Amino acid sequence: MTAHIIVTLKEGVLDPQGKALHHALHALGFNEVLDARVNKHITLSLTGGDVALERAKVEQMCETLIANTVIENYSIEILP
Amino acid sequence: MSIAILRFPGTNCEFDMVYAFEKLGKQASLVWHQDKELPAGTTLVVIPGGFSYGDYLRSGAIARFSPIMQAVVQYAQQGGFVLGICNGFQILLESGLLPGAMQRNENLHFVSQAQKLEVISNANEFLGHLRVGQIITIPIAHAEGNYFIDQDGLESLKTNDQILLRYYGENPNGSLEGIAGICNKEKTVFGLMPHPERAMETLLGSGDGIAMLQGLCAL
Repeated sequence: MTAHIIVTLKEGVLDPQGKALHHALHALGFNEVLDARVNKHITLSLTGGDVALERAKVEQMCETLIANTVIENYSIEILP
Repeated sequence: MSIAILRFPGTNCEFDMVYAFEKLGKQASLVWHQDKELPAGTTLVVIPGGFSYGDYLRSGAIARFSPIMQAVVQYAQQGGFVLGICNGFQILLESGLLPGAMQRNENLHFVSQAQKLEVISNANEFLGHLRVGQIITIPIAHAEGNYFIDQDGLESLKTNDQILLRYYGENPNGSLEGIAGICNKEKTVFGLMPHPERAMETLLGSGDGIAMLQGLCAL
């Protein structure tokens, strides 16, 4: 069982890396890029077999360590 | 009665900190991150700068769960004095002992320079030796000093006189309202990005750190 966690900066929190990427893409001529955000994708391999139970555990992990909820949001996908 | 200076894997300012307090006539001892207790009679805990646990995940995110930090949180909750500098400030934010969060510098640069600061509040044990509005020069050296807090949090900081220092002149890292240092509501936990321990000798550029750390020597 695998958990895929995406950590993103909250709306309204400036993303300096995203901004730099945006500028660099424009410098390369990719003018269709309106905005860029740099997120984190974390993959966890889990021993458990119960999706609901594992989701609750991973949520707990995100709240305590994986995300800083002052500035970040997270989403979780559990795959068998 | 002594000062406890924490050491994590990656801390690099602990010896400068010992030197600074010894210069001011205070005994300071190093405390390893795996220790579970602070030395008996600790009057102040200092979390010095560096790159604890390689800044993995987020600066300070892993360090906050080390055994010694559980003791520090308990010590702070009982009214003990804590000072966090640079990475120490980041650890205090991650551990929830101070409000807000730290982000990458706005321009993505690692800034390392002598920095002018304005003293915003001296109604606390830390900055009691400085005047409100006084401009001092203390080195900064960080890649993540871009302080952020939501609007309600910012209002609360202002209402409770928790903003200690602001960057003077050009904002070096994009920090919200130029905030360089804050404290908790009780004015017992202090966090700042500048390094007072690197401003202890006028021969080396600035002695302004002396007035800062002096306040904490009286505890």
